[in-house]
Amino acid sequence: MQFMASKQPENSLLGPESDSQRTLYPYVTGTSVVALKYKDGILMAADMGGSYGSTLRYKSVQRMKPIGKHSLLGASGEISDFQEILSYLDELILYDNMWDDGNSLGPKEVHNYLTRVMYNRRNKFNPLWNSLVLGGVKNGQKYLGTVSMIGVNFEDNHVATGFGNHLARPILRQEWHENLSFEDGVRLLEKCMRVLLYRDRSAVNKLQIAKITEDGVTISQPYSLKTYWEFSAFENPAQGAI
Amino acid sequence: MSKSVIETPPKGGFSFDLCKRNEMLAKKGVNSPSFRKTGTTIVGLIFQDGVILGADTRATEGPIVCDKNCEKIHYMAPNIYCCGAGTAADTEAVTDMVSSQLQLHRYHTGRESRVVTALTLLKRHLFNYQGYVSAALVLGGVDVTGPHLHTIYPHGSTDTLPFATMGSGSLAAMAVFESNYREGLTRDEGIKLVTEAICSGIFNDLGSGSNVDICVITKGGKEYLRNHLQPNPRTYTSSKGYSFPKKTEVLLTKITPLKEKVEIIEGGGDVMEE
Repeated sequence: MQFMASKQPENSLLGPESDSQRTLYPYVTGTSVVALKYKDGILMAADMGGSYGSTLRYKSVQRMKPIGKHSLLGASGEISDFQEILSYLDELILYDNMWDDGNSLGPKEVHNYLTRVMYNRRNKFNPLWNSLVLGGVKNGQKYLGTVSMIGVNFEDNHVATGFGNHLARPILRQEWHENLSFEDGVRLLEKCMRVLLYRDRSAVNKLQIAKITEDGVTISQPYSLKTYWEFSAFENPAQGAI
Repeated sequence: MSKSVIETPPKGGFSFDLCKRNEMLAKKGVNSPSFRKTGTTIVGLIFQDGVILGADTRATEGPIVCDKNCEKIHYMAPNIYCCGAGTAADTEAVTDMVSSQLQLHRYHTGRESRVVTALTLLKRHLFNYQGYVSAALVLGGVDVTGPHLHTIYPHGSTDTLPFATMGSGSLAAMAVFESNYREGLTRDEGIKLVTEAICSGIFNDLGSGSNVDICVITKGGKEYLRNHLQPNPRTYTSSKGYSFPKKTEVLLTKITPLKEKVEIIEGGGDVMEE
């Protein structure tokens, strides 16, 4: 890893600000988050790995956290920036509670707040290096949205970050439908996470699935997926070559 | 003192002589023309009786679709076919070249070609050119030793797999394979799975599109299903067709059929024995 404390970027256009630092690369990263809407709310899955470059450094990182009463935030990318975002959201929810007016911030509002934060940081060339997934239910309305590190945000029935965009979204586009039951939703998420486990090098076989409904947030205990390696071509790849 | 320069014939493989010049030109803003890539989804899988290969049919030149219905499944031998992704000229040329080499080899040995032979010929050629021949291939076939499926990368490395995908749409297709593949699929299940994987590439990857081509190879023979599925038909077609403006005066009508009838003489003439 480069020693950055005294490094001056060659193309710094700003005089007095050129000794402050900007995020240039992520260090400890989490891989994809996959989420979908189902009958009673939102289901979200993320593994518990924190990679330090190409080493799997931390294997018990919780990348999904409940926000207030109605939302669930999952993040991929730099873990320290995720912790910073949680700190901002903590303050936001606290101020909201202090009003004590019976109203509480729903997932749509939190998503909007996050979008503004991410976009403003990108405009200052100092991004929070995360791709966020924000899901929640308020007054019976399900909401699932995503924000990237440059501020691209949208809302959809199923979202994924990182590698999940390439591997999980094709499966979700084909197999997702309205009013999935809880078991079907979990089965679909596990299907996506299994493909990610096979094909994403930074994935780790220890995942959590989180559920958010009108009643609140439940994050499951960590568990692992079963994988299959007994193909005959894997066991005898040089068959017929000799 | 005379400098003796020994003229050695070129040994083959890639000649790096102009690389420095190209780098210098690129720095000055003169870029070499881009290649016609096949930004593709190609797949293969082994089922109980043999191998099924699949490919989409879109060829791209940067952001433009230059061929809406090209053929990406190339013939290598009567029992071996090869799907190609990467630069279209490279995949065509390299598969044609190895196909001819295989035919000569068949005449020499008097036996059916083996998939590992095609594999070795391809990987030797690609390695020789150090990745500059930009061809990523999925090679499949059935020979005396059984069904085989291999992937070959532009630098010359190969893998032997039960199911494989290559090209820009490979992740979308691999997601379908990893979740739905199992050993011992029947022919119809295999075709259905390959079609699903190619469709996943067509609809989720911008570099792939148009139709689905399938090739089924078994011990008995091969079945090339060109445009097996056409999930992207023209949306609006005029039912009237083209009609000349009403005031056009017809002077002469002459119809020339474009297909000429060819007479086949049975028995007579020289027939090349294979």
